[in-house]
Amino acid sequence: MVLTKRVIPCIDVDLDEDGNPAVYTGVNFEDLKYTGDPVEMARAYNRAGADEFVFLDITASAEGRETMLDVVERVADQVFIPLTVGGGIRTTGDIKETLRAGADKVSITTGALERPELVNEGARAFGSQCIVISVDARRRFDEGGEHYVEIDGESCWFECTKKGGREGTGIDVLEWAAEAEARGAGELFVNSIDKDGTKDGYDLPLTKAVSETVDTPVIASSGCGGPEDMYDVFTEAGADAGLAASIFHFDEYSIEETKAYLDEHGVPVRR
Amino acid sequence: MSTASSPQEQSLASVVVVDYGLGNLRSVTRGLERAGADVEITDDPDAFAAADGVVLPGVGAFREGVENADPLREDLLEVAESGTPLFGICLGMQMLLTTSEEGDNEGESAVQGLDLIPGTNVRFAEGQKVPHMGWNELDVRRDHPLVEGIDSGASETHRENGSVEGGSVDGNYAYFVHSYYAMPDDENAVVATTDYEREFPSIVANEAGNVFGTQFHPEKSGETGLQILRNFVEICADE
Repeated sequence: MVLTKRVIPCIDVDLDEDGNPAVYTGVNFEDLKYTGDPVEMARAYNRAGADEFVFLDITASAEGRETMLDVVERVADQVFIPLTVGGGIRTTGDIKETLRAGADKVSITTGALERPELVNEGARAFGSQCIVISVDARRRFDEGGEHYVEIDGESCWFECTKKGGREGTGIDVLEWAAEAEARGAGELFVNSIDKDGTKDGYDLPLTKAVSETVDTPVIASSGCGGPEDMYDVFTEAGADAGLAASIFHFDEYSIEETKAYLDEHGVPVRR
Repeated sequence: MSTASSPQEQSLASVVVVDYGLGNLRSVTRGLERAGADVEITDDPDAFAAADGVVLPGVGAFREGVENADPLREDLLEVAESGTPLFGICLGMQMLLTTSEEGDNEGESAVQGLDLIPGTNVRFAEGQKVPHMGWNELDVRRDHPLVEGIDSGASETHRENGSVEGGSVDGNYAYFVHSYYAMPDDENAVVATTDYEREFPSIVANEAGNVFGTQFHPEKSGETGLQILRNFVEICADE
């Protein structure tokens, strides 16, 4: 009996032209492709054996946020597995209303970078277990970092970015991960700007460096092209959960196939 | 196809979910409805007394939880006293015990739980990944109506296709998220255990059997969780 590794599908939800919530999936970094209805997809993944479900609100507007809470409620009604919701969370009020809508955890990126006390406040009021700190890491091969790893013979550090990688912060991901954990984060959600949409595997050096830095669970994200990539991130990089979007959304692999592969290769999964 | 998400048509029992201002009440409500209960979310003590069963939900920190629930303390103790089933989930289960190391940190004074199952909630060891977060197995140690149909030990059944109602789980995996675990003074209070580098109690119950709790979230534990919720609703219906 051991704690299993988690396989997690993730949806990015925006409003379509008519103001209705819709799932979009990034293809080749930039292009967003309409993928489906969030509630239907949640229902399908719940049934397909997903261990958790991640819902990221990628709308920017206030109206979008209202609509999203309504969608979160409808998604929560469909899933009997944990639901993490992220996007635009900046205050304890945002955390509270997201949890009230049915989320089990909230994922916070910019809100916590800009005001780190939010992590303490959220953990104190709602418990560490529901505070997921998400980082959008970018590889930097210059001298601005604090912690370096070697990648292809070069020294690399990882920078926290904002706005999906369009804005740098100068903050070292490993410094921030340790700080977020000390402030009460219950889980770290590690995205890689370099790997996002590539499908050539997770950023293993990044994931490994973060899991060696913190004791809290690490969810690896960005770059999953198939079950082998999940196997690598679990066995080589110490991730506790592997997140993927397009391989599941576009039916390249099912959750069951992914878990069967992991199981056959000795990775404990819930089946 | 959409029937999988609709509540059962006939309610088997009326269940109150205690609203003490914290956490996600929606999913536990949906889970209970799915298990056949007629659910009311309330902080009205009169409703507790009238219900067939009471659920003390929980997400969050012990101190916050106990402080928020404090105005309802006497009412919850009365529920337990009267023999009505009282089901604590996660933090709600921890609140059934006497105290917690969690409420005792940062130089603050100890926070008293409900003391319905004497014992303490303790933190996982240093160096262990906390929270213990994810799917882990239940090892049923003794009979209790809450674990009816939940096999002891390792799972044998395997999900054969994607059509399993309500979720996707088989075997006895349940979803945990916690950094503290219950240590009842009386070993007989332990109904099931789970292994996370150490064995810890994952289901506990009082001597009378009407007060019990799960460290995991049954409402988030797919089919195994729904079975436990159905068992709870049965217990309530039998009252």
